[in-house]
Amino acid sequence: MEHLLSEAKKVAEQAEVFWVSSRETPVLFEANKLKQVQTKESSSVALRIFREGRVGFSTASNIDDRETLLRMAVETSQSGLPAKFQFPSLKHYPEVSIFDPQVEKISMVEMVELGNELIARVRDHAPDILCDVELTRGTSSVHIINSQGGEASYDKSFFGLGLEGILIQDTDMLFVGDSESSCKLSPVTNTLAERVIRQLELAKEKATVSTKLLPVIFTPRGVASALLSPIALAFNGKTVFEGASPLKNKLGEQVFDKKLSLWDDAILAYRLGSCPCDDEGVPSQHLPLITEGVVSNFLYDLQTAALAGAQSTGNGRRLGGTSPRPAISSLIINAGELSFKNMLEDIKEGLVVEQLIGADQGNLLSGDFSGNILLGYKVENGEIVGRVKDAMIAGNVYEILKEFFGIGREARWVNGILQTPPLYCPRISVVAKMR
Amino acid sequence: MDGKFTRDQFTDIMKGHDADYIEIRLEERQATHITYRGERLEEIDRTGSSGGNIRALVKGGWGFVSFNNLDKLWDKVTLAVEEARLASRESFQLPPREPIVDTVIPQLNKDSATISLATKKQLLEEYNDIMLSLPKIQSSRIDYRDSRRRVIFTNSEGSYVEQVKPDLTLRLAAIARDNSEIQQAGLSLGSKGEFSVVEGLHKQVNDVARRAAALLSAPQVKGGEYTVILDPILAGVFAHEAFGHLSESDFVYQNEQLRNIMTLGRRFGGKHLNIVDNATIPDLRGSYKYDDEGVPGAKTYLIWEGILEGRLHSRETAARMEEKPTGNARAINYVFPPIVRMTNTFIEPSNSSFEEMLGDIKEGVYLKDWYGGTTSLEMFTFSAGEAYMIRQGKLAELLRPVVLTGNVFVTLENIDAIGNDLQMNQGGGCGKGGQSPLPVSNGSPHIRIRHCVVGGR
Repeated sequence: MEHLLSEAKKVAEQAEVFWVSSRETPVLFEANKLKQVQTKESSSVALRIFREGRVGFSTASNIDDRETLLRMAVETSQSGLPAKFQFPSLKHYPEVSIFDPQVEKISMVEMVELGNELIARVRDHAPDILCDVELTRGTSSVHIINSQGGEASYDKSFFGLGLEGILIQDTDMLFVGDSESSCKLSPVTNTLAERVIRQLELAKEKATVSTKLLPVIFTPRGVASALLSPIALAFNGKTVFEGASPLKNKLGEQVFDKKLSLWDDAILAYRLGSCPCDDEGVPSQHLPLITEGVVSNFLYDLQTAALAGAQSTGNGRRLGGTSPRPAISSLIINAGELSFKNMLEDIKEGLVVEQLIGADQGNLLSGDFSGNILLGYKVENGEIVGRVKDAMIAGNVYEILKEFFGIGREARWVNGILQTPPLYCPRISVVAKMR
Repeated sequence: MDGKFTRDQFTDIMKGHDADYIEIRLEERQATHITYRGERLEEIDRTGSSGGNIRALVKGGWGFVSFNNLDKLWDKVTLAVEEARLASRESFQLPPREPIVDTVIPQLNKDSATISLATKKQLLEEYNDIMLSLPKIQSSRIDYRDSRRRVIFTNSEGSYVEQVKPDLTLRLAAIARDNSEIQQAGLSLGSKGEFSVVEGLHKQVNDVARRAAALLSAPQVKGGEYTVILDPILAGVFAHEAFGHLSESDFVYQNEQLRNIMTLGRRFGGKHLNIVDNATIPDLRGSYKYDDEGVPGAKTYLIWEGILEGRLHSRETAARMEEKPTGNARAINYVFPPIVRMTNTFIEPSNSSFEEMLGDIKEGVYLKDWYGGTTSLEMFTFSAGEAYMIRQGKLAELLRPVVLTGNVFVTLENIDAIGNDLQMNQGGGCGKGGQSPLPVSNGSPHIRIRHCVVGGR
């Protein structure tokens, strides 16, 4: 890395080398049986330079081919965008716990046992169910150096477990599932099995719903599948800067319900989105996005912040090997007062939405969403009476979050990146298929 | 990777392991990526990467190892075999194959790999300027990617296939804004590396931006059940999402109930309905000579005259279902093992004209173009980028983007007219099992569907 940096410095005003390597072991079960055990080793190096005032960027899997990397970076700099920022010269970062040595110690055989255990628990309850299970353990190392003297490096571990079950009767299919992931090796099989079994229980009976406006409780997974994508997009500094976010010019304004607070947190211990610094070497932080309904910050990387006249918030991420872009770390929605039972009891006729499909295919910028209810339940007179299918819900995230009935008190992590309680919303449009 | 290993060395690396089958896939990839956001160039980067993987089969279980570092391949084979042994279960016999030795290099008129960055950038800027110059256009998005992969596949049966696989996509979108109203319209194109398909789009780009602005004052459809007409692009997405995925045998082969649903010979639609997956059509993004298990690509009828006729297979699913392999095992790159995927999937043309379809619709919706689509096998949703009300057999007002949903088993039966105007859409990409976007194409003529659920408020 040092060689590459010093060679880059010869042709560029500033330079940065980012290197990541990882090793992960996914264990895959298909239709209740172990199907495949994998080992994936990968490494990638990215070079960013400022040359004649313009940014050049190249990536490669092999750090030894310095000449090609440098040539490609110089070539892209000739058409590149103007360099508006400085690489950070930091060397010291907050301590964030993201490495658990236990993760490396669990063997492939033990992972297979965990998978079998989980499937057995669920099949105990529903013998006909077919489960696909994926367990993954892994570690990664990140190292960043730049020409301004900045240097950062850290190791991270991760362990994830997910189950997707399908129960078929005739051409009727019921999909259940859940997942857990963090940087820690934790005994999550029981929690996961219990959640899936509860879904199976609630979906046992079928219920019908007709086309009308109904109150809806989004479970934490429901919040993730309906509301997460438009919100993450609206707070992205790039979307804001170009004027395509409805939140542009709304900093400091009350846009959402007073009951709602949301923040991005990259320093929580053992969370997948946590790290001492982002992928540009900017320190991680706890960043309020909505404070009691008021828009309080947007997510920035170095370049976008420079253009927008703001500071990087430490959200520059290189997802999938791209150059850094603003992205969420972990999003957290504050928990409230209402128990799930309280919410149900308040509903005469309504829905509980656990998972939508297709909800993020619409016009995300405007906040409109519309999705088929893959897993959801009908509520009648305060009780869940059965599963709803062949129905869609449609709404607008900004209208829903402007004024809703309540926030649940039972928060949980979904997909390892969102911690949220259930949200209870009035009047959402439900469209059902006529029989 | 160049010249790093001879065929004999590969053979040696695969020797001496206690496995039923071993394969090695090595890959080199060069790619260019340019994006614009509004008037600014957003990203311009070049990537060069290389790596490979090894897959081993022991008593019906697979082991898989992927890597960037090509050293110590013999040890990597050993690890893959160890993993496979751990995963072993009911054995199956891979369908016998004659070893194939071949090299496939596509011929292009205007190869995107030979076009300079400056030329690419200039063309994209012309498109961007058109969009941004139009009234009410607040911003724009352009995402251009081209790549060239060279893949060497070799296995313990003696096959050695080298294929060069170029790919190119261009997506652009215009974003219109009026106070807090934001709407967008877009265009997606692709090719097997041929640059000329993204040239000369100035008029289409202009239309896209005008449509985005028009959407600002368009009403939202009232949610409900409608008779709908899908244009060839959206009907192609429908063929892919609603039926194509259900034809992928890895969903079916271990699932007794799904196997019963997907019994060959079962009726799914009218006699006019033919759905086909065809990897052998020249120059389509889903086309190839050999899949990632070294099996020749093929033409497979999924539905023939309304009846389930076939399905897509890897060597394993074909063996386990005692059917013929169809050459549909594909991997997005060396980091992943091949899984069953579609290639170019389409509804074959029939004889209705668009006017005939409109003819007797009192109130319906005409849906064009796509934002996306997804499926849970039984249920599908897909979203149209452009939609119009149909009233008394005539196209009426423009609508906001619309999401359709349905149950595949019911919806295919409800197709009551199929047009004569087949078009293939090359702008898509398919995601499955974490492997996205895989180059595919899909297509159809116009089709009419009765009783379709359209989401709206």
